[in-house]
Amino acid sequence: MPDESVSQSIWAEYIYRAFKEASIGQVAYVPDAGHQELIRLCHADNDLRTVSLTTEEEGVAMLAGAWLGGTRGALLMQSSGVGNCVNMLSLIEECRFPLLMLVTMRGEWGETNPWQVPMGQNTAAVLERSGVIVQRADSVADLAPGVSAAADMAFLSSRAVALLIGQRMIGAKRFG
Amino acid sequence: MLERRDAVATILRERGDALVVTGLGSPTWDAAAAGDSRLNFYLWGAMGGAAMVGLGLAVSQPRRRVVVITGDGELLMGLGSLATIGVDGTPNLSIVVLDNERYGETGMQTSHTARGVDLAAIAAAARFRSTTTIHTREELEVWIPTVYVGPGPVLGVVKVVADQPPVQVPVRDGAYLKARFREALLGAKAFE
Repeated sequence: MPDESVSQSIWAEYIYRAFKEASIGQVAYVPDAGHQELIRLCHADNDLRTVSLTTEEEGVAMLAGAWLGGTRGALLMQSSGVGNCVNMLSLIEECRFPLLMLVTMRGEWGETNPWQVPMGQNTAAVLERSGVIVQRADSVADLAPGVSAAADMAFLSSRAVALLIGQRMIGAKRFG
Repeated sequence: MLERRDAVATILRERGDALVVTGLGSPTWDAAAAGDSRLNFYLWGAMGGAAMVGLGLAVSQPRRRVVVITGDGELLMGLGSLATIGVDGTPNLSIVVLDNERYGETGMQTSHTARGVDLAAIAAAARFRSTTTIHTREELEVWIPTVYVGPGPVLGVVKVVADQPPVQVPVRDGAYLKARFREALLGAKAFE
């Protein structure tokens, strides 16, 4: 069963609207169950260029290029993808590129796949050690203001900001 | 086989208003040796990321041609990006791979292209619209218009001699390279 909570269609809409208000023009993602409704909304919007990646680090480099060209982007992934980004984040820190990341958390609340736990438990630390400012949204009410504030800090203060979306809100995936 | 500096200078001589991204190591030195431009974005690190920086830039600037100049080792580290770019079908993105079949910055160890891995064939299989492998100066001159006006994504592997011309060091400060590129491209809007 996919780990869709009943509220996913609602909170995906909140994030999508916050993207529009923040003038996001490119969305890059590695598919993730937690983000699936948001990914669908982004693909349906002809004013957004939505690009599916083979690995998360591609998105870090891609959104640096987007900013060189004058476009704001957002990168969607789950916590397991954060580890794939580490070296590419040196591009962001050295050049002080803005970067907006939305990370759906696994391995932190009711996780039933033990293989998700090591990266989930280290997501915030890995990001912080890589020069990324880490913020959290743990309730639906946090989402729109969280995305808006993260986007402002990313694009107006030229910083890398990751908004971690708590697994408690997303719902834990059940196996067997 | 071509001389890398001559190949890059020959390609960039025709750049017009194209935007250029270079992969770390020798391709960055080669582009700097051909003449600095504020519309060159030189990578000094971020190995495997050059093609994707080019993709984001090309999507952002659909009326400009974006040319990524990188090496075989750099591209091999980001092979998945060829699939991402091929699927996106970015029409204004071209990738020039300077293939010396070596890791030039680390002691000239052979790369997989020395053992038969064909990057042009991989790009073709990843749905690039135009791919080629260049072995001679004549082939290079015939191909250059494709780099700038051919329907993309375009990828050309330029086989170059495995030598190491003197390092030509461009600006290394990343924040400055970013800011000057954006100012040259976007004007005052770069700092809004």
